Amino acid sequence: MIARLVALCPAFFLPGQVLSNPEDPAQHIAIIQAVGPKGAGNPEAAAAFQALSGAKASSILPLLRAIEESNPIARNWLRSAVEVIVERELTDKKPLPFEELKKFLADRTQAPEARRLAFDLMLAIDRETSEKLIPGFIDDPSTELRRDAVALLMTSSRKAGEDATTYRKALDAARDVDQIQEIAKALTELKEKVDLSRHFGFLTNWQVIGPFHNNERKGFAEVFPPEKGVDLEASYEGKESEVTWQALSTDDPYGKVDFNKPYGKLKEVTGYAYHEFDAGEARPAELRLGCKNAWKIWLNGKLVFERDEYHRGQRIDQYIMPVELRKGSNTILLKLCQNEQKQDWTVQWEFQLRVCDATGTAILATNRPESETK
Amino acid sequence: MNRLLSISLLGATLLFFCGSTRAEWHRFRGPDGNGYISGSKELPPELGENTLAWKAPLPGRGLGSPIVIGDRVIVSAASGPHQDKLQILCFSNQDGSELWRRSFWATGRTMCHKKTCVAAPTPTTDGKHIYALWSSNDLISVDLEGNLRWMRGLTLDYPNASNSLGMSSSPLIAGNTLVAQIENDSESFAAGFDLDSGANKWKIARPKMANWTSPVTMKFGGQTIVALQSGKGVMGVAPSTGSELWNFSKGASTIPSGAAAGDTLIVPSRGLTAFRPNAKGGEPVSLWNQKTQKPATASPLVTGDRFYFVNSAGVLTAADRKTGDRLWRIRLKGPFSGSPVACQNGHLYLFNEEGLGQVVRLSGDEGEVVSEFELRETILATPSIAQDSLYIRSDQTLWKFAKKGN
Repeated sequence: MIARLVALCPAFFLPGQVLSNPEDPAQHIAIIQAVGPKGAGNPEAAAAFQALSGAKASSILPLLRAIEESNPIARNWLRSAVEVIVERELTDKKPLPFEELKKFLADRTQAPEARRLAFDLMLAIDRETSEKLIPGFIDDPSTELRRDAVALLMTSSRKAGEDATTYRKALDAARDVDQIQEIAKALTELKEKVDLSRHFGFLTNWQVIGPFHNNERKGFAEVFPPEKGVDLEASYEGKESEVTWQALSTDDPYGKVDFNKPYGKLKEVTGYAYHEFDAGEARPAELRLGCKNAWKIWLNGKLVFERDEYHRGQRIDQYIMPVELRKGSNTILLKLCQNEQKQDWTVQWEFQLRVCDATGTAILATNRPESETK
Repeated sequence: MNRLLSISLLGATLLFFCGSTRAEWHRFRGPDGNGYISGSKELPPELGENTLAWKAPLPGRGLGSPIVIGDRVIVSAASGPHQDKLQILCFSNQDGSELWRRSFWATGRTMCHKKTCVAAPTPTTDGKHIYALWSSNDLISVDLEGNLRWMRGLTLDYPNASNSLGMSSSPLIAGNTLVAQIENDSESFAAGFDLDSGANKWKIARPKMANWTSPVTMKFGGQTIVALQSGKGVMGVAPSTGSELWNFSKGASTIPSGAAAGDTLIVPSRGLTAFRPNAKGGEPVSLWNQKTQKPATASPLVTGDRFYFVNSAGVLTAADRKTGDRLWRIRLKGPFSGSPVACQNGHLYLFNEEGLGQVVRLSGDEGEVVSEFELRETILATPSIAQDSLYIRSDQTLWKFAKKGN
């Protein structure tokens, strides 16, 4: 509750105000939670941190609980306070609250990172007992905890002589790309079908239009007609000639949509891709993009993010953008700019986009074909 | 009066020697950021089992150099499948025991090329506090006991400040300011941060281009200033304000950094170029330019009246600092990502990417490899020298080399 109040009223604690009762961590936690952008609140947080670092082990759980409602910087302050307290208690050979940590771990409404930290502390206290909990992480909202359970299943499958059923269970649970790829490879070798595109939730069917110009990289800032409103029946003056919308789908298992396929390996050009995503419910979601071209993305006509970096690398989930989906149709418009570089590693003019929740679990559109991947 | 003078001189002499023998490695490429440290005359010219004092396991990847503060060795790292657990680790220089470690969740992007890693920048210190930067643009200060003093998530504050290949520029302290180059193709800037609060003292736009070089300090008008290198050239700035003092506009490398010697900077630019900025500011005039001298990834080393650099073929060249003329060259076993370092024992130390440590004797008419030692791990880091000891790290291990008993 205090955290909520402070989040709403960051000026509740005046600069320089330090509350000195180390037995009441809530006051110091609130000061830490008030840290803001560009270093705001750091001096006050440092004083609160000093007070907290002298607290007893009983403060560990309040600190962990506070992480859920804290911003990314405050989370690190709180984590560091936990580490200092734990370090001192271990040095002094004092007991740490194993059972309370276990209860905290079991509370899936708490911050995933905090629950992983709690589990790491449990491992330090009693590794054997703690490790017995790992199979239960298989559907955990913490991808870090889930990763351990998936790894156990992968090991079990290997020990069982490459058991496809166990691998399938592991794949269903896996959210980290490296684990998914390793399991998919094993299943494929066992002649099992794997629909990676569906597992990740990549969007594979698009309407695209282009090329517009990106001469001297100025196309990135220029507002071409699709940004003013998408009309799939319209045609426009493009870089060299009239351009119209056309369908472009991909059968790439990782959802890569390649603009070079319809347009050729062009340079200094801009293209747009458009997708209508039907959500079964209004909900928070994440757009996760991989792209090595300059890009902008709009959801329901609102710019979500833009980035003008060219050819420095691409990977799945390179950019993670929290958004709110509305129930029913959601429009996604992506602008993709190719620059003037001529090296062979600058040919790519492509992207891969998926919709998922904060754990990386695919959110499949209600209008998604049963199997978009050919 | 004479007695007072004698006492003063004695004090100055003691200070000089204490300073020499206690010189410490507080940042990337040593106290002056040119790879050289005075003192450490007793550092053995041999790398081997006989001089391996200890080695300690590291929990995460990293290629930033260790820094040394008194009896403590500090290393940064990043662990986890996404390298998003940032760590600062403190070891005893006596036996390599881990004194403390602090972990943080990265707030910025951790994507980088597989050859580099998130803990690429070297931390720095003012002797009282530690300042660490990662490729995720998380900037953190802790005290010598590991207590957090402040944290900045620079990609939270400036959302397009990142490089998908990874960032590697190491921050430095000049006066009362921590200076960092957060330079990339998009939201590119350099900034000076308050040492006590982490707040911006200044922030200036920098060329929108990827840049992996580190700032260096040099003398200008009797003051210590900071030289910011980029593909466009080198700009001298006042560390407390970020105001431009001069600008060398003839371009420079974006990978190997320059090396200063007093008021002269040797910078990888059209080969290698040396210049001394004019006191009135403006465009510095080149003292010399050697087009055939091309440092690869490793940055040049300056010792006294010479400098050294390694090219892409693994050839180590020694040259005259005043003219740039080559004195000798010797082929080493490369390739190298880490930079060469040296101290007052007359030897140069360098590790190749395959983990082969090589020691080159610098006295005599030509360089000579006098010791080789295989660490059997990939080494991309630059070694550090302090208190007659040499430290080097990989993704998994931190090693100390010294005379037995040191």
